[in-house]
Amino acid sequence: MQVTMNINGASQSHDVEPRTLLVHYIRDVCGLTGTNIGCDSSSCGACTIHLNGEAVKSCTVLAVQADGQELTTIEGLAPSAEKLHPMQQAFHECHALQCGYCTPGMVMAAVSFLDEVPNPTERQVREGLEGNLCRCTGYHNIVKAVLQCAAQGGAK
Amino acid sequence: MCGAGRCQVIPAAFDYKRAGSAAEAIALLGEHGEDAKLLAGGHSLLPLMKYRLASPSILIDIGRIADLSYIREDGDNIRIGALTRHRDIEISELLKSQVGLLPEVAGHVGDPQVRHRGTIGGSLAHGDPASDLPSAILALRATLVITGPNGTREVSSDDFFTGFLETAVGPDELLTEIVVRKVPNATFGFQKFNRRAQDWAIVGCSVVVDNGSCGVGLVNMDSRPVRAAGVESAIAGGASATDGAASAADGCEPPTDLNASVEYRQHLARVLVRRALETAGK
Repeated sequence: MQVTMNINGASQSHDVEPRTLLVHYIRDVCGLTGTNIGCDSSSCGACTIHLNGEAVKSCTVLAVQADGQELTTIEGLAPSAEKLHPMQQAFHECHALQCGYCTPGMVMAAVSFLDEVPNPTERQVREGLEGNLCRCTGYHNIVKAVLQCAAQGGAK
Repeated sequence: MCGAGRCQVIPAAFDYKRAGSAAEAIALLGEHGEDAKLLAGGHSLLPLMKYRLASPSILIDIGRIADLSYIREDGDNIRIGALTRHRDIEISELLKSQVGLLPEVAGHVGDPQVRHRGTIGGSLAHGDPASDLPSAILALRATLVITGPNGTREVSSDDFFTGFLETAVGPDELLTEIVVRKVPNATFGFQKFNRRAQDWAIVGCSVVVDNGSCGVGLVNMDSRPVRAAGVESAIAGGASATDGAASAADGCEPPTDLNASVEYRQHLARVLVRRALETAGK
């Protein structure tokens, strides 16, 4: 089935099997490998992207369900090659990653979370990121980064 | 399927049809029979298909039927379209002011990413005995509107969940609407016990207390979501939260699994119902 969607501002159009998962479409067909696959079972959040501006787990969406929609992946977040997105900058400054595998999903989830809760408490951040697992257990600095990003003007 | 040195967890092959309306979805169901499954947000069905626990030969995507996503007032009731997402229920000011239990429970489904995709109708029609929303639907004594080739019919929440992953929705029918009575002065409580934030409830319960009457719904305490009728009548009769909750597990046949034995689930039901009653001011 032919699907067409806008990913990071560029139109992508390919013929896919209906069973193709969105994360495989993004990685293997579109070549955008910044989105990681962790658990394959919608638990870990490593595959989190934005579908029409909201965080979703792309391992639990079919590519055909995203037909005609607007997507943003971690590659599309930064405003330019020289400038990080405010959330990426906050992760950088707070050392909010250890091995880095969960990071693209964490950043995408955090941006979507701040969009919904612009001035969160620490508890709200922890609950807001409950869909993302960091197996280095580096949550402390991740929460710090999200709070810093919120305090410094948000994730826009 | 293995590619790029990595095995992928994907569903078995299926045909895909997109329905533009409820009528079209029902016609497609009639055409394809029991080999077809409806796809809404996909957050109950797709994981089962990836694990090959379900292998429908055709998926009918109803996710784009815009006129089945709404929350609106209708006299003493609120009507919720079956394709309304958990997130939209969680943040609905109308529901918060009129049926506060529903946004509370919807806000505990899965995690934020799941709530952005999953729908109330999809969750209820899936009939998982451990999912959260059925507890609220039972406690609120909601009415479920089911549409089929011969029109619509209404089913009470007590008659909706018929067995493990089974509901009153027939093979050629579609759950289209959930109707809940406004209870602006009700107090409520929701409790869910699990080991990790996004896990299914080991036991969960919803309690709503309104003008002396009480509704209690339990999940993962039987092969289907059930009401705790003994607790309801005890509380309506003036019992304390502790005394009322003592009968929370009566009549239930809870499952046993790696997370909990039958006895532990019975204990959890009594503790969680008491806490939910206390949250509701009892």
